[in-house]
This record gives sequence, structure tokens and C-alpha cells, in this order.
Amino acid sequence: MTSTVTQLRQRAQEEASRFPALLARAEQLAGTVLLGEHGRRRAGFGDDFWQYRPMRPGDSYRKIDWRRSARGDDQFVREREWQIAQSVQLWVDPGASMRFSSNKDLPTKADRARVIALAAAVLLIRGGERVGLTGWKLPPRRGDVQILRLAEMFSEDGEEDYAEPEARGMLPHAKAVFVSDFLGDLDPVEAALTKAADRGVRGVVLQVLDPSEESFPFQGRTIFESIGGTMAHETLKAGELRQRYLDRLAERKARLQSLCNLTGWQYSAHRTDQSAQSALLWLYRAMDGGHG
Amino acid sequence: MTLFGVLGFTTPWLLLGLLALPILWVILRAVPPAPIRRMFPGVVLLLGLKDDDQITDRTPWWLLLLRILAVAAVIVGLAGPVLNPENETEASGDGPLLVVMDASWASAGDWRARISALDGLLARAGRDGRPVAILRLTNPEPVQFLSSEVLRTRLSGLVPEAWEPSADSVSRAVELLPEVRFDSYWMSDGLNREIRAPLQAALEAKGRVTVFESPRALYALEPARFEEGKLNLTLRRLREGPANEVFLVGHGPDPAGNPAVLVRSSVAFESDALSAGIELALPAELRARINRFEIEGIRSAGAVSLPDDSLRRREIALIAGREDREGLELLSPLHYLHRALEPNADLLDGALMDILPANPDVIVLADVAKLTGSEQEELTQWLEKGGMLLRFAGQRLAASDVSRETEDPMMPVRLRAGGRTVGGAMSWGEPKTLAPFGEDSPFLGLPIPGDVTVSSQVMAQPDPTLADRVIAQLTDGTPLVTRKRVGQGQIVLFHVTANAEWSTLPLSGLFVQMLERLAVYSAASTPKAKDLEGTIWQPAMVLDGFGVLRDGGTLPGVAGEDLIQAALGPDLRPGLYQGEDRSIARNVVTPETELTPMQWPANVTVEGLNRPEETPLAGWLLALAIGLLLIDVIASLALSGRLRAARANSAAILAAAMLIMPHDAVAQTQDDDALAIAATADVVLAHVLTGDAKLDQLAAAGLRGLSDSLFFRTSVEPAKPMAIDLETDDLAFFPLLYWPITTDQPTPSAAAYAKLNTYLRSGGMILFDTRDADIAGFGANTPNGRKLQALAAPLDIPPLESVPQDHVLTRTFYLLQEFPGRYTGRNVWVEAAPPDAELIEGMPFRNLNDNVTPVVIGGNDWASAWARDERGNPMVSLGSSFSGERQREIAYRFGVNLVMHVLTGNYKSDQVHVPALLDRLGN
Repeated sequence: MTSTVTQLRQRAQEEASRFPALLARAEQLAGTVLLGEHGRRRAGFGDDFWQYRPMRPGDSYRKIDWRRSARGDDQFVREREWQIAQSVQLWVDPGASMRFSSNKDLPTKADRARVIALAAAVLLIRGGERVGLTGWKLPPRRGDVQILRLAEMFSEDGEEDYAEPEARGMLPHAKAVFVSDFLGDLDPVEAALTKAADRGVRGVVLQVLDPSEESFPFQGRTIFESIGGTMAHETLKAGELRQRYLDRLAERKARLQSLCNLTGWQYSAHRTDQSAQSALLWLYRAMDGGHG
Repeated sequence: MTLFGVLGFTTPWLLLGLLALPILWVILRAVPPAPIRRMFPGVVLLLGLKDDDQITDRTPWWLLLLRILAVAAVIVGLAGPVLNPENETEASGDGPLLVVMDASWASAGDWRARISALDGLLARAGRDGRPVAILRLTNPEPVQFLSSEVLRTRLSGLVPEAWEPSADSVSRAVELLPEVRFDSYWMSDGLNREIRAPLQAALEAKGRVTVFESPRALYALEPARFEEGKLNLTLRRLREGPANEVFLVGHGPDPAGNPAVLVRSSVAFESDALSAGIELALPAELRARINRFEIEGIRSAGAVSLPDDSLRRREIALIAGREDREGLELLSPLHYLHRALEPNADLLDGALMDILPANPDVIVLADVAKLTGSEQEELTQWLEKGGMLLRFAGQRLAASDVSRETEDPMMPVRLRAGGRTVGGAMSWGEPKTLAPFGEDSPFLGLPIPGDVTVSSQVMAQPDPTLADRVIAQLTDGTPLVTRKRVGQGQIVLFHVTANAEWSTLPLSGLFVQMLERLAVYSAASTPKAKDLEGTIWQPAMVLDGFGVLRDGGTLPGVAGEDLIQAALGPDLRPGLYQGEDRSIARNVVTPETELTPMQWPANVTVEGLNRPEETPLAGWLLALAIGLLLIDVIASLALSGRLRAARANSAAILAAAMLIMPHDAVAQTQDDDALAIAATADVVLAHVLTGDAKLDQLAAAGLRGLSDSLFFRTSVEPAKPMAIDLETDDLAFFPLLYWPITTDQPTPSAAAYAKLNTYLRSGGMILFDTRDADIAGFGANTPNGRKLQALAAPLDIPPLESVPQDHVLTRTFYLLQEFPGRYTGRNVWVEAAPPDAELIEGMPFRNLNDNVTPVVIGGNDWASAWARDERGNPMVSLGSSFSGERQREIAYRFGVNLVMHVLTGNYKSDQVHVPALLDRLGN
């Protein structure tokens, strides 16, 4: 009994020790993109001051800002900026295929995907949005505690080789972010995106790939295995497969792109040897642009 | 053994294995390389792709060749190839073999070559199954034939002796020769000796004799002689040869007592000269310290000479009571002393009080009556430590009251008033002569010349102690020389003058001998055997055959006459022998030693060292095979694409390559570069290693905490802090050095200080932390404070002041007025503001120093306050609850300010100009 408790505690501590590192890196990354709260850039109900405008017929007297108006002869109304909280739902591929890096100096794809997603979550929550996961596990909420919960969720690894996107529990007209390598079957992805589009959900697809997956730098007799070990392919001359592999990869990217075009999502590919910051910036801009 | 020219094989049939190589070639070609298993998520995209042709990559021909070569090298290596195998016809024979070795000092110089030649000989004998025995002529032991393998294990214990074989030892060796017939192999040292002939005859009677002689030049060094203020050394060589140059070195303790080379000088042999000399003019003090001369680079007892007391010159101070009779040299009280002592001692002139600090060995007072109180005091101290005071009588002493009523401490006896005169123009009697010396007199045995007469003397008062103190007396029983011991020293009084006024003693040879016996000076010449009869001398240091000095304390003493006369041998080893008050050296080579090359009769075969050595090649070939296989491994990896993955680990392969190449320097530069790159890729804070592991750990943790704070709060994103060893690491890469002070940390070397000063001058900053809360004020009286002062003394530190209110450090990032660490000490010291800094009207701050302060000194133990463990938890608790956390926060803020100050310099200071700039822009 004690031993299980001890084990549990030890594992919890191990998990927890990984978790602040992820959080810290995500916050550090987010710190580079401090853009401030993104208001709607128009008058509305909110806390922040937007502008004074001369009083128009129809404005109630209660709205007149007397302090401003007392300086001159005209009466002014104080308008606040219209702010609206948006729900953003994240899906980060937990599949085994993400836990791969071709070089020990590079982060795994899963690591990079989680950092980017969590950093985006940090930014969005600071921007006042509600952020959660797709599916039923963690509905969108606001507040710093949600960041912790997200980080905790991201620390979980999935069993299957190639995970399918979780498209359940999509809130209508929310935003969504899908981060994965999209190396698995694309049909579930297509289904998920269409389902999302049906519900009016717009979003972003970020494909995270390892450099070796983009360049296929292999030679000689090789047995390729998936990370989970469920698939294998043997070749005698790996070098000769290169062009055909790259063609298939390009085809897959093109399909993702066209899928996004159809559903009104945005697509981008990110390589783990590139800087995470550029991907985060793109992601944030893409989300922001979606707000219109 | 089968021979192919210069190459032989021990097991030639193994070479048949080479026939298998073509088969191996075919097999290797047929087998494809093994596949690599590779994790690759993109495998989905590969599914269903077919290879264009089903033939695998063949192993390329050059790789096959490499492998075949490796296998061939193994086969040939195992067949036991030997280069230049010993020719068996050369020393054929099957009876026992006796190796006779001279094993004298003359063979020590190339002993190693002799042993390896002997090893080869034993190996050959082992192959032929001949039993072997070794007989050393310098130390003959019963001959016992053993298998050569047993003897080979004992070779390293075989050493030459420091003496030459004597007639005795050779005749004993002849007696020890076994009855059976045997061949002999004589390893000669090359010196001609008459005693060789009988042994040679005895050996030839038993079987064949082969002589081995080294053609190598043999050098020897004669003992140093002291002539006319210079050291004369003579070097000799055995054979005439071309002109060449050898180096002579003198060893001895340096002033700190450590062994050192005190003198080194080249000696040139002219062509066809057998000897070469050198004169060394050395200061007496340096000369006295030399304890060994040797010819550099020659390991032989013959190349070493030990100086004894004959080189040591004593310092004698001569002081006379009256110096007023200038020009009357023969009447000067010191004239005869000068003449007697000058050749063998260094004389000092001057006032007594000036001379005493020089600590002379002997002070001579000629007719000095009165000594002042302080003189007496100092003299007594000097006497206690072993000085020797030699006094002569004279008019003044006779006329004075010194030692009249009571015994003067500086006189051995009481004196009667006036003295006496005998045999003069105005007195009765004949001048007195000397009585024979008594049993316990140090002068015992000195011959007394008949012409030594005494006409005047001072008379000793009869006292109970008088008889003990007289060491020489006149025929009428009155004392001539009296002696009293004081501590370790002694006072000797000659009851006559030091010149010829009162006696003819100073004119005689006896005077010089008496002075010598009194050890006033040591004789320049080695004493005669007769002088040393009945004395026993203890060996202090003895030489072994290689010329290395060993402690001789365990060896029995040697009789004095043997020490001078007897030949060197096991009972009388060359070395330094200690007597009662002097030491005598016995050297291996003396001017009498004959050095002539041995001329062997024509019927004896003489071998040299010049035959090529037998070289087994198996090891080299097997190493070559391993090398080829290593190349094969790398090449196979490269071919199958596995090397690509390893390229990231190229450092490891590089390291492996470094292991193969014995090139430390390259690795060193690699390391240096790695450090430089790591230290400059990011901002890196560094702390100085103190040698206290716990403190160093804390400092590292402190800087880690500070680095993390900087990372989160500012645009400075430091990498992991580094530990710096001042002696080895380059400081230039680090903006800030944190230097905690412990009392027991080592003081950096001069080179390290030079580096530190360069660092400080070129804009670096050192944060000194005494970690003692600075309780006693700046550096004053805590142990750490004193250590800091000692450490920082050689540093180029500008004038300091306590951080002023408007110092830029108070506002580089946070606004601060105090700088706490674990303690909230009062003062933190920085470079003082220039005296002309003044507050400009309307400015909040003075226009302060333009530079970064090179040092910040305080005692608040900042590292403890900053320290965080790997998980970011504080390591040292601080204060109580909230106030402690507040203090830690302020400590971090100080750290942030400090790093900002280092990195931005006077940027914040320049902010005072902002209002003026805005003003100007506005208009």
C-alpha cells in the first residue's frame, strides 16, 4: 500500500518537475510576443477607454462624461472599447509519432508542439480569451489556473502511433488550433475539419515536422519503423526512395492546404529546427486575423 | 626458425593460412551488409513503395581489400616474424654459458645497453637450451647455472658497483669458477687492468671466451681542487677522439634548502686530448653550498665528484688592539696570522660589532684587552652558537686589569699582573722552549721544532680549573695555550703575541699546524694516512654505481688510515665520510686513477654494441590489423549510412581519434575552444573556485538563481553559470566574476594575478563577497576581511568608497538604496567617484564615473540569498517569513542591477541628460 502511494507520489513529482519546465519555456516564449490585450478596436461594452465623441441625439444623459464636457461647451460621451471573450480550443497531437527527433540537439515534435500551443494559450488567456481543449476533457475557461491545467493535460502522452484529431465538443463559432504532424490518415482530419466548419468554427492547422522527415537523408539497407512499432518497411536502397517519399509528403501537404482552403482554416508547416517564436507569431497573428 | 633474408618466422607453417584469403574474398562479397533499424514516423508515406532493383549494395572492393589485408596481417603476425633474428652460427654452442661482468663504475654509463645486449644473449641461450650463470667481478658470488628464463627475470636487479674489481676479488672469482667446461662471455668495461690476464687464462682453460666491449666514450671527473681562489676541475676521457663539449654541473641546496643546480658550465675537449680542465671562480658562500659536481647526462659514479671540507673556506675575522703602527708590517700583530690564514680562509677586517652579524667562524683578537658590555654580550651569544674566539696576549693585555681578580668571561684563565720576561737583555734565564704536548691536548703528535722559544708571556693565576684548561705549556710548566669551552664554542688564549715580539712561535711551521689542529681553518690538502691513525670515520653519504648519493648511515665506520690508503671496494665505498670536526670525501676517480683502454689479445673475439637488435614484428602486425579493422568499422558505418546519425556525435569520434593520436595539445585547444564557445554563445556569469566544495556549490547555485531571475525579468538571458579556475581558465569571456572569500583558499599565482589585472582593466567586474556581514567595518578585522585584503593586494584596484546615494548601481534596473544578501550589511564598496563630480543644478544625480566599477566589495553573502536548486526552490532560508522573502527579492534586484550595470555601463547615468535633450529637441 505504502509502496504504491510512494510510487504514485514519486511519479507525480517526476511529472511535476517536467511540467514547470514546459510552463516556463512557454511563458518565456509568450513573453517575446507581448502584444497586450487585443481589443476589438471599436466601441462597445468593455472596461477600457476607447474614445470621447460628441453627444448625439439619442444618447442618454447618464452617458455624458461630465468631467470632459465641463472643459468646453460641447457635451461628450465616453465610449468604452468593445471587448468580447472568445473561446479557443486546442488540440495537440498526443500520438507516439510526435515523440521523435532526428538529432539529440533538436526537441521532439511533441515537445515543440506543446510549447507553441501552451505559449499561444498563455497569450490568449492574457488577452482575456477563454482557452481549453477540444473534446470534453477541459472546456474553455479563463484565468491563470487554466494555463496550469492545460500544461498538465499536455504532459500526457498517448499510446497510439498516429492520433486522430478530437473534434467533439466544439463550441459553435469558437476558434480552434490543431497542432500535429499530420502523418497519420488524413480522412479523420478531413472529417474533423468539415465538422468544425459546419459548426462555424474557424481555426488554424499547424503541421510540425522534423527536418529528417522533410529531407529523408537515408542511405543503404534500412528497416523503417514507426515509433509505436506497429508499422515497418524494409528497403535495400533507402536513397532511391527519397524522391518518391518527398512527392508523397508534398501531396499530403497540398491536401491539407486545400482542405483548409475549403473550410476557411489557415495552414502552416513548422520544422523543429526553426525557431519556435516565428511559429508562435504566425499562430497568434492567424488567430487574431480570424477575429477580423 | 625459418629465415627469409633479414626476416625470420618462429612458426612459418601458419603462413599457409594466407591461402585461405581468396576464399574469404568470395564469402565476403556474397554477404550483403546488415540492415539498420531506424525509428521514423514518416514510414506511413513509405508503405507500398518498392525498390527498383532487388540487388543490394555490394561491399565495395576497397573495403574487401581492407578486410583481407587485416586478416593477412593477423596471419603473418601470428606466424611470429622477427626482424634481424640473432644468427645462430654466431654463438653456437651447447654447453653452459658463463657471463662475466666487470660491473664497475665504468660500465654504468651504458648499463641499459649492456643489459639489453645481455637480454638478447640470454634469449638466444634460452632458445638453444643452454644454462647460464652470471658472475660480477666487483662482487663475486658462487657460480650457479640456471635456465636463462630465470635469469632474465633477474636482469633488472643487476647493477654496477661504484668501484673496480680488485686483485682480491678477481682471484676469488677464479676460485669460484665451476669444474665443468663452459663458454664465457665477458662484458668488459673497457678499462685496462693487469688483473684481467689471470682470469682470462682461467676462462680460456674452460672453453671459448667472447668479449663484449662498448665503443661508447667514457668520461670521468676528478675531484675539485682549490687553487688561488678558484676551483679547478679536470675531466678525462678514455679514448682520444674529436673535439667535443660536455657540461659540468654543481649541485647543492639553494638558499631555501631545496636541491638545485648551482653552477653549470661547458667543458670543451680538444681533439685528441685526453683531459680538459675548467676553472670556476665562485663566491665563497656559493662554493660552500656545492655538495656534488657531476658531468651532465652521464650516469656513472666516475662522473661524480664530491667535495669535502677542503673546498669549504672558513671566515675568520682579524681584530687587533692597535693599528697605530702603520708601515711596520713585520711588527703588526696580525701579519703572521694573515700569512698563515690567507691561503686557506676568507679573512674579514673591520670593527667587532660590524663583523659579528656576518657570523664568522673564528674571531681573532690580537692583544685586545677590554671589551665593552654590548660587545661581550654579543660575543657570548655567538660563542654559544659555536663560534671560536682566538685571543693573543700582548703589551696591552699584560698591562690591563682584565681577568685579574675574577675570571673574565672572555678569558679562559685569570692572569697575573704584568706577565714575565725571560732570557731578554734585562732579565735572567734562557728563553723557554715548549714542553711535549699532553695526552688530551689537541696538538698531540705535532713535532716540536727546537728553535721555537718564548721570551715573554702572560702568566696564568693558579686556579683549580687551570690544569684542565692548559693545552700547551712551556718546559717550566707555565701555560702557553689555554682553552675554555663556552656553550658549543670555545675561547683559546695564546699567552704570547701573534707576532714575533714575544716568541718565535709565529715564525715556525708549528704555529700553522697548531692553528689547523684548532680547526681555525681546514687544511687544503687531504691529510696523510699517518695523521688519521686510530680514528674512525662514519660514511655519511655513499655513491652507488650510477653516481647517485645514498645515505651511508647504515654502513660500518672505516678506519682513518684505510680511508686514505685502501682501494675502494665493498668495505670502503666512495662517498663522504664524517669525522669529529671535519669530513673527507673518497671519490671514484682521482688524479692517480689510470684510464687506458684495454687491448685484448688477438685470439679473443671482441663484440660491440653495434649489431642490429632482434626485433619481433608480431605486435606491430597485430596492431596494424586492429587499426585496419577500426578503419573498416568506420568505413562500413559510412557506407550503410549509419555514420550520418553519428555525425551529431562527431565529438565522440573525434575524441576516439584523439585517443589514437597522442596529441594532448590538440585536445587541449579543443577544450579551450569548447569553453570559449560555451562562455561566449550567451551571457555567462562566473564564480571563482575557492577550493571549498560546499561554498563553490553554493556560489554556483546562487548564480543560477540570479541567472534565472535575469532570464525572467530582463532581456538578459544568461546561460548556465560557470566555475572559473583562476590559474587555468580564460577570464576574458565573463562580464562578472563572483568571488566568495574563505580564509583558507589558495592565493593565486603571479600569472593568475596578471590575468586578473588585465581582466579588471579591460572592463571586467569582480564581486568580492567576504560573507561575514562585514560586521567589523570594511575589511578591518574579520578573518575573511583580512584574507580579502591579502588576496586583493596585488590587484589593480582603484580608490573605493561606500556606494553613494546617486551611484548608477542604485538605478540600473530597479531603484534601490540597500543591497542585502543573506545579511543586510551596511556598506558595499565601489570605485570612488572622481573628486570633481558635482551636482549640476536641476539634475537629480551627479554626473558620475564614466566607467563600470571594476570591483564591488561587500560581505552580505549574496550567493546564499540568490541560491536556488534545480527546481527553483530557495536553498538558504532567509529571515522570517515575509520579511525574509522581501529581503531575497531585494537581493535579486541588487543582482539584476549589478548585471545590468556591468552590461550597460553608464547608460543609466547618461539618463540625467534626458531632460536637457528633450528640452533641446522641443525648441
